[in-house]
Amino acid sequence: MRARTAPRSARHTSPRGGPALAGLAVLGVLATSLTGCGGEENEDTTLTVFAAASLQDTFTEIADEFEAEHADVDVRLNFDGSSGLAEQIQGGAPADVFASADTQTMDTLVADDLVESPEPFATNTLEIAVPPDNPAGIATFADLAGPDVRLVICAPEVPCGHATAQVASDAGVTLAPVSEEQSVTDVLGKVTTGEADAGLVYVTDVTAAGEDVQGIPFEESKDVVNTYPIAPVTDSEHGDLAAEFVTMVRSDAGRQVLTEAGFGTP
Amino acid sequence: MSISLPRWLLLPAGLAAAYLLLPLVAMVLRVDWPGFLGLVTSPSARDALWLSLRTGAVSTLVCVLLGVPLATVLARTRFPGQGLLRSLVLLPLVIPPVVGGIALLYTFGRRGLLGGTLEALGVEVAFSTVAVVMAQVFVAMPFLVVSTEGALRTAGERYEVVAATLGASPSTVFRRVTLPTVLPGLLSGTVLAFARSLGEFGATITFAGSLQGTTATLPIQIYLERVDDPDAAVALSLVLVLVAVLVIGLTWQNPVARRRRAPA
Repeated sequence: MRARTAPRSARHTSPRGGPALAGLAVLGVLATSLTGCGGEENEDTTLTVFAAASLQDTFTEIADEFEAEHADVDVRLNFDGSSGLAEQIQGGAPADVFASADTQTMDTLVADDLVESPEPFATNTLEIAVPPDNPAGIATFADLAGPDVRLVICAPEVPCGHATAQVASDAGVTLAPVSEEQSVTDVLGKVTTGEADAGLVYVTDVTAAGEDVQGIPFEESKDVVNTYPIAPVTDSEHGDLAAEFVTMVRSDAGRQVLTEAGFGTP
Repeated sequence: MSISLPRWLLLPAGLAAAYLLLPLVAMVLRVDWPGFLGLVTSPSARDALWLSLRTGAVSTLVCVLLGVPLATVLARTRFPGQGLLRSLVLLPLVIPPVVGGIALLYTFGRRGLLGGTLEALGVEVAFSTVAVVMAQVFVAMPFLVVSTEGALRTAGERYEVVAATLGASPSTVFRRVTLPTVLPGLLSGTVLAFARSLGEFGATITFAGSLQGTTATLPIQIYLERVDDPDAAVALSLVLVLVAVLVIGLTWQNPVARRRRAPA
């Protein structure tokens, strides 16, 4: 019996070995490409910038200008929630510059000596976002507490949720949201699809969303200002370049890009 | 050991097992044991666990009630376009759950395909627990259909044909012959569907949102806590792992063992 089945099983294993070997090959290629970064540095310096998700448009523009001024520098941008990025830096991710959407997150890195002397470079305030046709007829912050309003806000665990809770308590309005989202982009998504009647997001998100939403500024937002700090990372191998990038963000040119996107000046 | 395996197979096999198990070990090591009980019994954690178990149970039931008939039709009948239908039905297995969530939104959402009809009927699914169940059914049903259909094809139609020639009505054949023969496959499919429902995240967050006690299931709560309170996130993750191990251990063990014993 064995003798007869043996060749059959041999035939079976060879095609199965194919994908397995291919998998190993892929791993090998990955490994070489990962270590390959070291080689490139000799010709072109790569400056890695970790920035809050809300800075995606502005920092892409600023990075382009920075590259234009420094012919031999490649700026690599990594956008994510500030806390997620801070976690990555704590875990040893190779960042040269960190720009956070709130001072709290930056302060945790300062406490760990992971960044050097952060400086504020922009501010952001909350704004009400409604679908273009404003189905619930929202006009003021107090309208958000209406019984038939489907309101979506950030969860209290994330920075935009902190700000929302503070604005609501300052204004003496009790919000009853139908959903508490993980990030400001999730809130915006629920508004642009028309699922929610209103959402609380940042002014810059309303600007970035263009015609998909209508922004309704409200007086109470002025008291809760979110400050964005930026700092070079302590362990950066390109300390001078990192400092130059920070200077660029805080320069007139950088400020102009930020102002156009709706950010305030600290 | 009835056949001898090539020795070199053991290295990648060991790597694969280590790769799958090491992260679980790392998570267990990271658990804040003194605070564990407090973390997993906080009101938000209990709400999330209870909501996950409830919605998971309901969606599994829906999967069985609708998925078994679909699997039977796919396995026992011939009609034009059947192959295409089977491939499309299995699509949720392959597409990212977030994409599933967006698709559900454009179907049942307020401005979706059926949104107007539902609103006219006074049904509002968005941001409700019903939306959570719908998202779970969407991603979990294919698991049940695949394993039940596979079991039906393996079992063949012999007994059903015999029962029919003996005068049993189609309903009797389905109830007394078809279902009992595929029970092991159906059971493992049900367990898979339940496990998939418990773990569902992407479609839920896109389609149902997140609110404590209504739509914030355990995975969503974990994702939320991860930023603010990593210890709570790890503790809740471990609870989810334990529930999964428990479910699979209790229900999965039997059919596999039975199947393995069968040829002997």
